[in-house]
Amino acid sequence: MIPTAEEAAIASSVLTASRAGEPLLIQGNGTKSGMLRPVQSARVLSTRDYAGITLYAPKELILTARAGTPLPEIEAALAEKGQHLIAEPPDLAAIFGQTGRPQTIGGVAAANLSGPRRVAWGATRDHVMGIRAVTGRGEVIHSGGRVLKNVTGLDLCKLFTGSHGTLGVITEVTLKVLPAPETTGSVMLTGLEPEAAVAALSAALGSPFGVSAAAWLPREAAGAIPALAAVAGTVTLARIEDFAASVAYRTDRLRGLLGHGGEILDDATSRAVWRAIGNVEPLLAAKDDAVWRVSVRPSRGPGALRAVIRATGARGFLDWGGGLIWIAGPANEETHGAVCAAANEAGGTWTLMRAPDALRGAVSVVPEEAPPLARITQRVKAAFDPAGILNPGRVHAGV
Amino acid sequence: MIRLPEPKHEVLARRDAIVAGLRALLPESGLIAEPLRLKPYETDGLSAYRQVPMAVALPETTEQVAAVLGFCHANGVRVVPRGAGTSLSGGALPMADAVVVGLMRMNRILDIDYADRCATVQAGVTNIGITNAVSDNGFFYAPDPSSQLACMIGGNVNMNSGGAHCLKYGVTANNLLGLKIVTIDGEILDIGGAHLDAAGYDWLGLLTGSEGMLAVVTEVTVRILRSPEGARAMLAAFRSNEVAGACVDSIIGSGIIPVALEFMDRPAIHACEAFAHAGYPLDAEAMLIIEVEGSVTEQDDLLARLSAICNQHDPISLKVSQSAEESAAIWKGRKGAFGAIGRISPDYLCMDGTIPTSRLPDVLRRIQEMSDSYGLKVANIFHAGDGNLHPLIMFDANDPASFHKAETFGADILRLCVEVGGCLTGEHGVGVEKRDLMPVQFAAHELEQQRRIKTAFDPDWLLNPSKVFPLVEPEPVPLAA
Repeated sequence: MIPTAEEAAIASSVLTASRAGEPLLIQGNGTKSGMLRPVQSARVLSTRDYAGITLYAPKELILTARAGTPLPEIEAALAEKGQHLIAEPPDLAAIFGQTGRPQTIGGVAAANLSGPRRVAWGATRDHVMGIRAVTGRGEVIHSGGRVLKNVTGLDLCKLFTGSHGTLGVITEVTLKVLPAPETTGSVMLTGLEPEAAVAALSAALGSPFGVSAAAWLPREAAGAIPALAAVAGTVTLARIEDFAASVAYRTDRLRGLLGHGGEILDDATSRAVWRAIGNVEPLLAAKDDAVWRVSVRPSRGPGALRAVIRATGARGFLDWGGGLIWIAGPANEETHGAVCAAANEAGGTWTLMRAPDALRGAVSVVPEEAPPLARITQRVKAAFDPAGILNPGRVHAGV
Repeated sequence: MIRLPEPKHEVLARRDAIVAGLRALLPESGLIAEPLRLKPYETDGLSAYRQVPMAVALPETTEQVAAVLGFCHANGVRVVPRGAGTSLSGGALPMADAVVVGLMRMNRILDIDYADRCATVQAGVTNIGITNAVSDNGFFYAPDPSSQLACMIGGNVNMNSGGAHCLKYGVTANNLLGLKIVTIDGEILDIGGAHLDAAGYDWLGLLTGSEGMLAVVTEVTVRILRSPEGARAMLAAFRSNEVAGACVDSIIGSGIIPVALEFMDRPAIHACEAFAHAGYPLDAEAMLIIEVEGSVTEQDDLLARLSAICNQHDPISLKVSQSAEESAAIWKGRKGAFGAIGRISPDYLCMDGTIPTSRLPDVLRRIQEMSDSYGLKVANIFHAGDGNLHPLIMFDANDPASFHKAETFGADILRLCVEVGGCLTGEHGVGVEKRDLMPVQFAAHELEQQRRIKTAFDPDWLLNPSKVFPLVEPEPVPLAA
């Protein structure tokens, strides 16, 4: 492990590795090292020691933290001022296991992880206002800044967010934050098939009531959430977050709009249920299962999920109004092929989130790009990391 | 004054052959090369700069765009993409040896899907055209730049346009799902789609705001949102910029995020009132327009909370709208701001920087000092929630010295924005206008890194090559593939 308590030390380590042509595994606390393809590298460069919130201006809705800052530390600092992270990034320990260390903000940005609120309020990438990173050339660069509106130059904040450490080592992230809602509530419908559920969720998200999350869980998935253990069927949920009087008014109107005899979950129940959904706990992935994340237009979610279940016996549930499908199933190429086929058929995208090294090293873990775009990918990668030493092969083989 | 790159003489020498070659790729009337008919394309919203292009291509399909770009690529001809030509930063300013590719004939709405809350439109559809197409069903497209009646969605994507309601709804980048683009070598690519968060690098995010330098956008899939039950505005006037700024802080600190939070200084209030007779308080130094959304009861509740906050800052006046008509009256002056300034001074520069909101009083004081020292009047309009400042600098275009002074004044303001922790442009883009200021915000190696990305998409630097980056001959970058 290369010590990295200073940005300059990160830069010089990368420069040295670049000159030697020596690949580096870039990570924070490694909580998501099971994601995507395995990186073949003898050395690990971790940003975990380069930590700390360097700027928090609640009245300007801006927070800056070094990459190694634990996410819970940021969430606690925000909560103290009644604010929160807009994209509601999940803790994926249910998928990747406990490492004994918390995930870092650098890791959340590098993986562009977003939770249930993404469907209404945007992804982590939408709220990264500024970024600092060490490129594969060992140069420190910045993009964006510490203001909420900025179109100066190419938007490298978005390019770095979700690039999984392949273009540069993210050293600092500036995020837009917002006031946390006074309270939350959810309308719950039970017993709906996924098609009827997604129609209801579309009505909810297309209503004027500001729905901030919308999901469907099959019965056994709902049963995995303690607060819903007593429910006897599938569960369809839509969330409202606002001042208390607005939540009362809006959940009531929404219940009327959706029909199906919906009931209203109170603040505490709603918070617990959505935390579990965001953290993908209801997926109940068995130890040997692979896990996929599929994103399609919401109306195609039920069909894609059914197609996978029919072909492979895998399980899944729907978030983001039906557009996000979490799937757990046998870790083999047949199941992987069925998931990819269902996602492609629905015009969507897919990610192999977790699998044994043998599978995730052998198959594409995200869709192949069209050849002209794949060439651009190669060139952009080379522009940032000419020696190809930063997390080589993490997303695409050979990139 | 802004320099344009030297035209390629070997391209100008082949002008007739190039025009004939392009004409063969386009429908009847799809290629303009007559000097008189080229004239309307010589400038955009930054009308102080003009350059007639070599030709204008007006394709009607993505395939025609691909054919034109492939031809230009093969012939080493520069390309300047253009939507409605409303860019305030000169993003669509032509070059003498360039072909302008105008997307205005690609103006069809291709698909509207209310269940999945998205619409796919061609690049030449106007911003307001999207909202108009979905408003009967209670939906809207959120980003609302001031030019929304004219500006086209393809241009909005290229400039990552904002508007007055970004604080709640975000800018263009936050409201896109997919693009169809054509690369300079004529390849047609789909980026994203109707789903969220495509895997792999975030090309959608990189292309948005890339100012026509990476590809030509021909189709756009946007998110459409259901309109709230209603909206209402209030107006609060204060004794000083400091007090108004403190009030903005209190509002954000209270946990309320208004859908709009607009700040006007004294010169802006006076100009707008004289023009629109909106009933603005002429004795105020600063004024806020605050808008909230929701049911009538929710509006009442939020406006009561906001009134209580404003009252803690000793306002000169406070007016809470009781109806849609009263809200419209409050907005009338602000929305007519450009016309209002135009009546005082026929010529003005609309600047666009962002600052940390806490620095507003300080920045306004320093802008006033600059105004005094340059002898040019300035009015300030500010999207207070997100720190986006629009100083309007008034000058006399008949006097070249006055224009030069206005440009220098504007550049000083933008340097000040960067100095206090902000940036050169919040929503207008860099274009040619702010190109030479880029080293104020970025180190040389950072600009070089951005240029390498441009090179990855456009190795010969044919797409809108004189924009965004200070002019230097790009060093040849070895390509991996």
